[in-house]
Amino acid sequence: MELNARIPDHPIEKMWTNHQFDMKLVNPANKRKYRVIVVGTGLAGGAAAATMGELGYNVECFTFHDSPRRAHSIAAQGGINAAKNYQGDGDSIHRLFYDTVKGGDFRSREANVHRLAELSLNIIDQAVAQGVPFAREYGGLLANRSFGGAQVSRTFYARGQTGQQLLLGVYQALERQVHAGTVNMHVRKEMMDVIVVDGQARGIVTRDLVSGKIEAHMADAVVLGTGGYSNVFFLSTNAKGCNVTATWRAHRRGAGFANPCFTQIHPTCIPQSGEYQSKLTLMSESLRNDGRIWVPKRAGDDRPAHQIPEGERDYYLERLYPSFGNLAPRDIASRRAKEMVDAGHGVGSMKNGVYLDFADAIGRLGKSAVEERYGNLFQMYEKITGEDPYQVPMRIYPAPHYTMGGLWVDYDLMTTVPGLFAIGEANFSDHGANRLGASALMQGLADGYFIVPTTIGNYLADGPKGGVDENHAAARDAVREVTESQNRLLETRGSRSVDSFHQELGRLMWNHCGMARTESGLEEALRKLPELREQFWRDVRVPGSADTLNQSLEKAGRVADFLEFAEVMCHDALTRDESCGAHFREEHVTEEGEARRDDENFAHGAVWEFKGVGEEPVRHQEPLTFEHVPLSQRSYK
Amino acid sequence: MNLTLHVWRQSGPRDEGRFETFKPEGITESMSFLDMLDLVNEEITVDGGEPIAFEHDCREGICGSCGMVVNGVAHGPEKLVTACQLHMRSFSDGDEIWVEPWRASAFPVMRDLVVDRSSFDRIIQAGGYVSIRTGSAQDANAIPVPKPNADRAFDAAACIGCGACVAACPNASAMLFTSAKAAHLSYLPQGQTERLERAVGMVAIHDEEGFGNCTNHGACQEVCPKGISVDYISRLNRDLLKANLTGVEPGD
Amino acid sequence: MRRVLSLFDSTVGKKAVMAVSGLILFGFVFAHMAGNLKAFEGQESFDAYAQFLRDLGYPALPEYGVLWIARIVLLLAVAVHIIAAIQLWSRSRKARGSRYRKSDSQVFSYASRTMRWGGVIVALFVVYHLLHLTTGTVHPDFEYGSVYANLVVAFQSVPVVLFYVVAVGALSLHLYHGLWSVFSTLGVQNPKIDRIRRPLAGGVAFVLFAGYVAVPLGVLSGIISL
Repeated sequence: MELNARIPDHPIEKMWTNHQFDMKLVNPANKRKYRVIVVGTGLAGGAAAATMGELGYNVECFTFHDSPRRAHSIAAQGGINAAKNYQGDGDSIHRLFYDTVKGGDFRSREANVHRLAELSLNIIDQAVAQGVPFAREYGGLLANRSFGGAQVSRTFYARGQTGQQLLLGVYQALERQVHAGTVNMHVRKEMMDVIVVDGQARGIVTRDLVSGKIEAHMADAVVLGTGGYSNVFFLSTNAKGCNVTATWRAHRRGAGFANPCFTQIHPTCIPQSGEYQSKLTLMSESLRNDGRIWVPKRAGDDRPAHQIPEGERDYYLERLYPSFGNLAPRDIASRRAKEMVDAGHGVGSMKNGVYLDFADAIGRLGKSAVEERYGNLFQMYEKITGEDPYQVPMRIYPAPHYTMGGLWVDYDLMTTVPGLFAIGEANFSDHGANRLGASALMQGLADGYFIVPTTIGNYLADGPKGGVDENHAAARDAVREVTESQNRLLETRGSRSVDSFHQELGRLMWNHCGMARTESGLEEALRKLPELREQFWRDVRVPGSADTLNQSLEKAGRVADFLEFAEVMCHDALTRDESCGAHFREEHVTEEGEARRDDENFAHGAVWEFKGVGEEPVRHQEPLTFEHVPLSQRSYK
Repeated sequence: MNLTLHVWRQSGPRDEGRFETFKPEGITESMSFLDMLDLVNEEITVDGGEPIAFEHDCREGICGSCGMVVNGVAHGPEKLVTACQLHMRSFSDGDEIWVEPWRASAFPVMRDLVVDRSSFDRIIQAGGYVSIRTGSAQDANAIPVPKPNADRAFDAAACIGCGACVAACPNASAMLFTSAKAAHLSYLPQGQTERLERAVGMVAIHDEEGFGNCTNHGACQEVCPKGISVDYISRLNRDLLKANLTGVEPGD
Repeated sequence: MRRVLSLFDSTVGKKAVMAVSGLILFGFVFAHMAGNLKAFEGQESFDAYAQFLRDLGYPALPEYGVLWIARIVLLLAVAVHIIAAIQLWSRSRKARGSRYRKSDSQVFSYASRTMRWGGVIVALFVVYHLLHLTTGTVHPDFEYGSVYANLVVAFQSVPVVLFYVVAVGALSLHLYHGLWSVFSTLGVQNPKIDRIRRPLAGGVAFVLFAGYVAVPLGVLSGIISL
């Protein structure tokens, strides 16, 4: 597998501008001769489809949802960063670039991150022009707030529903193109495979989720905006439908998978309340601005919170990080909470959370001020737990939330398979080992609106590929393989539901490849995963038939891919023998218990090559150099 | 909790459909309504049956996928929540619960509780956007928007497109959905240029898709999980009448 | 004209047509009520008022001229009101499709739920009322021109008065929801109006009800007599 990042040879500040000039263009009249497939309609996929349609390409856009508006980008709460410096507080493109590289703990590619920071400006302009109702000040200008990991106010937001509003902007742009006839929208069609002809991505195989029909769709290029894989843990804050299938299938067809072990765990989620629970709910991180995190000093203390006197409480973040206190970065806050729970200090009936206490804030600011700031979050918490956070402290616990790893892409966002592009959370490009808050929306939109519609032209400019249709042997083979695998799932008729396997996989991954990882734990996971996968194919029960709306069958296919994917994730965590960002290996800690990077041996992106199910994958490296942001140890003391 | 659950089962659009009764065990008050359905489905699967099909995704009330009529009320008995945010503590031991799909001619049932809401997408296609080309926008702060207008636009834009308004309306009208999108854009300067064309285009498709007309019952507002106000319907009516009387045609 | 007709193309336009025709009919209903109260001034005054209506516009227009113009406008208003109502009703029935096994309709006001059947009752009542006191077809002792006498005779029957009270009640309920909705349908949106919309509609509907039942009850109680 050849890894050529194709970083243009220009100074970083001018790189994207000059590269845009250097790239070949497709004549406007010729664009309609090209057909492009876009999979996924979130911020990245939806924006790419809309923009490429607008440019004149024939776009075929696919989603497994009933409408493009349901993509999981919709659930992002906090905001979107942009280096507008509207607050005049010293922000700049360079500062956003710097913060993102440092926040990613020096495991991202400088060239890509710089471009992201540049494009952040255009994103806000674009969204506002579409009518995205961002928060405004009384003078009518845009408002900003600050977010974790930054010392400036650069986050634009729309109450607690920024992702929703940005996605609706994308959705509207997309539907406008559907109306104009440039985008052909396929809803309720799930991508099952990539079709590769002569080494180039030329199409995809989809399953119609209503009729069950499996068919090939051909094109000159394929763009995947299919999101992340946090659901490998079963319990996460991701929507239930989020899955790894599209990226995993692309990986099986030759696309390198980069840094799969970089998974972010969000510190403020509502703890699980029972074994049956299907989904974890995120509470905005902004709560940590006024809430104080604590656990009882004595392990196993069963008293209700109000009976535990002040002297017997451990405000551990304030104790360990006097200057950042409760606002320590996500990875640190998450890890410390896990340590407390593991040591028996957990609270709640399942002993699986820590307190986030607003008693002080209510005393200091008054109940109405707290209500004004967090009223909707408190309400949401009460709806879910039945407890009133004005009376008793909230209980929180970390949960899988975002995955920095993804398909390896070059500067043009093309994977190692020519003609196959990956955008948004589906690629590995910008966040390194840890993503800063309010950066996911930024990256999805930068990739979708501004990068891939331009760089795809450079790939296509040599002329339409032509000569391949749905009857090509590669297409027919791919359709047959998908059909066979589906029939196998239906014919197994075992005794266990798909969900029960997914839960078991999730527990295994959470325990061994979750917030803290060890060599022995990862080795154990690598022993157990093949067994679990074998058991799945022997004993899974998928009711119903292939030619109807069959949700069990949909889930089964996704879990089957998670079972394969989990293995490369563990391999990656095991071979990355250092701690960095969200990847925490217990063997590599500083004396204060913080992550210890090993820049000498691991300042690279690890890119995995598929060698067959159950075969050991091959690890390649893309060396990372840091010319503009000097390597340094993160410190939040 | 002991419950008797009657769930609508329908194998496809042409099937007549019927209720099937379940007596699930192991339900606790802290479960969400969908956790409860998951549990029922697990039992069905292990017993060799076909699980209940229902739509869901984010399970935190924002994606708009889930939607079912619980005991005659869209999204169930609690105000301002979607079905996925409904918890079993809203019910009492021994309750009988009837679960039905959204029922409206424009939302045909595809299977069990899953309905086809693609008509909503077609209403948006008819004008629910601002025609702005990627990359052609001016600086975001070039057009100030008075905060009250921005707030009103947001209130309307909070719609999640779940379809509860249609499900609850005695006329199966989608005017709350349609007017919320129109209002989101008509409160902002960006949305003015196409304002009247948008109204004509969206209402025309609304009618063509087979939704009924608004008779000002207000049932939509009662069940809307995002508390969208019926006042937007009035606003859309005005735009449409203005367009009609000044001869504005739908946009391209 | 084409633009006005294009209103009939959309449900919103049809509703506007109903609103405008409804407002015309409301204007008539209000004036009619006010005229009725003349009965409390006695036979002479009431009959003179009736004659005044017949002569209105004379000699510029022939006798009965304005009266017939008003009648034609009212008939047209009734016609489009009913046609639009029936079209919208049939659309809604089709749009709703199957009904829920359980339905919880507490959220609708009584007036809004009874709008359609209320409208039908009002229409039937108007037919009866015309046959009763305009043409005299179903009147026990009708004498053309003796408006006051016809009225007093008619309302001496308790069942007739009861029927009138019920019908006028239905009419008031219909107008209550109609008046309240008219603002929304025609897109009049003003927070100040919104706040007083319901009480205003309720107040007007009550005045109408009281004004209309006053005459039959007046006859029955002997305040109005020959």
